[in-house]
Amino acid sequence: MIGCGRVGSAVALQLQGSGWDVTVMDENEDALGRLGEHWTGGFLVGHGMDIKLLRDAGIEEADAVVVTTDGDNTNLVIAQVAQKQFDVPTVIVRVLDPARAQFYAARGLRIVCPTSSAIETLVGAVRQAEEASV
Amino acid sequence: MYVLIAGGGKVGANLTRSLLRGNNEVTVIEQRPYRFEKLEAEFEHQVIRGDATELFVLERAGIKRPPDLLVAATGDDEDNIVICQLAREKYGLSNVIARINDPRNQLYFDLLGISPTVSATGAIMGLIEHEVPEHGLIHLLELRKENLEIVEVTVDKSANCQGKRVRALKLPEGARLISIVRDGKAEIPDDETLLVAGDQVLAILEPGKEDELRRILLHD
Repeated sequence: MIGCGRVGSAVALQLQGSGWDVTVMDENEDALGRLGEHWTGGFLVGHGMDIKLLRDAGIEEADAVVVTTDGDNTNLVIAQVAQKQFDVPTVIVRVLDPARAQFYAARGLRIVCPTSSAIETLVGAVRQAEEASV
Repeated sequence: MYVLIAGGGKVGANLTRSLLRGNNEVTVIEQRPYRFEKLEAEFEHQVIRGDATELFVLERAGIKRPPDLLVAATGDDEDNIVICQLAREKYGLSNVIARINDPRNQLYFDLLGISPTVSATGAIMGLIEHEVPEHGLIHLLELRKENLEIVEVTVDKSANCQGKRVRALKLPEGARLISIVRDGKAEIPDDETLLVAGDQVLAILEPGKEDELRRILLHD
C-alpha cells in the first residue's frame, strides 16, 4: 500500500483482515495512527518514488501494489514503476481526474477513479428520485 | 516554431523570454495565481492559467494544433513525466523535453522512455566531474537516443595505454578513439598512433563499456 490516507489505511486494514500480508508506505509518520493501535503489518515512512524504500518495503516480492497517495501524477508514475521496473502482477492505482484516468486505463493500468464513481452514483440517485416522483 | 511550455517558474519564464526574442510563438501554462499574474503582465495572452496535467488545459493552450515542441518545465518530476506522456501518446507530439528536478528520478524518465531530459544538478555534476575526474573518465556528452557517449581521459605515466599504439589496445566493439590532444594540438588517431603520457584522448562508446575502456586506457 503506497499512501496511507483515509482510503489507503482502510484498504490496508481490510486486506490484512482477510489474510493478506500488508506493508504500508506513507510520507507522514503520523499516518500510522490511521492503522490503529494493533497494526501488525509493515509501515515505512518515505516517498513512494524512493526506489530503495520500495525495495525495502518488499515490492520485488509483492503480489499486488495499491497506490493511493494524494497526488494523481505521483500515483500514475509509481504505478508504472511498479509495473515496468518490478513486474508486480497486480497494480491498482487511484486517480481522481477522470480524464487522466481514462487515458491511462486505455494504456493498461488498472485505475480506480472515485470521481467517476461519485458522478455515476449521484446522477443515478437523482434519476431514481425523479422516477419515484413521477 | 510553436513551443508549448508547461510551468512558468524561473526555467519556464526565461525559456519563454528567450524563445520569444527569437521570433518563436510560445504559450506557457502556469497554475499558481501569483506567478500567473506576473507572467501575464509580461507575456499577455501567451500565458494560460491552469494545471498542465489536465487535458482541457493542455487543449486550451493549443496542444492539438500541435506545437513543434513541448517543454515540461514544472518543479515536479511526476507532473513532468505525465505531461510528456500525454503530449506524446495522447496528442502525438514527437518533440518533448523534460526538466528533471531531482536527479534520482532520472531512472524513471528513462524507464518510461522520456527523453531528452535536462537536470541542473546533473549538468553541474558533469562540470564538477570535468574539474575533478573521479575515475579518470570524464563524461563530455551523452547521446541518449543514439545510445552513445563521448568521454575524455588523460593518459598518465602509469596508464595501461601509455607507450602503445592504438592497434595494440584491442578496443572492444562499440568503442573508438576519436581524437588525441597533445601539446594543445588535436589529431585524429589511426591504428599506428602512439599514445604517450599527457595525451588527452576523446573516445566514443556505448554506455556500459566504460569500465572496459577505463581498464584498457588507464588502470586495472
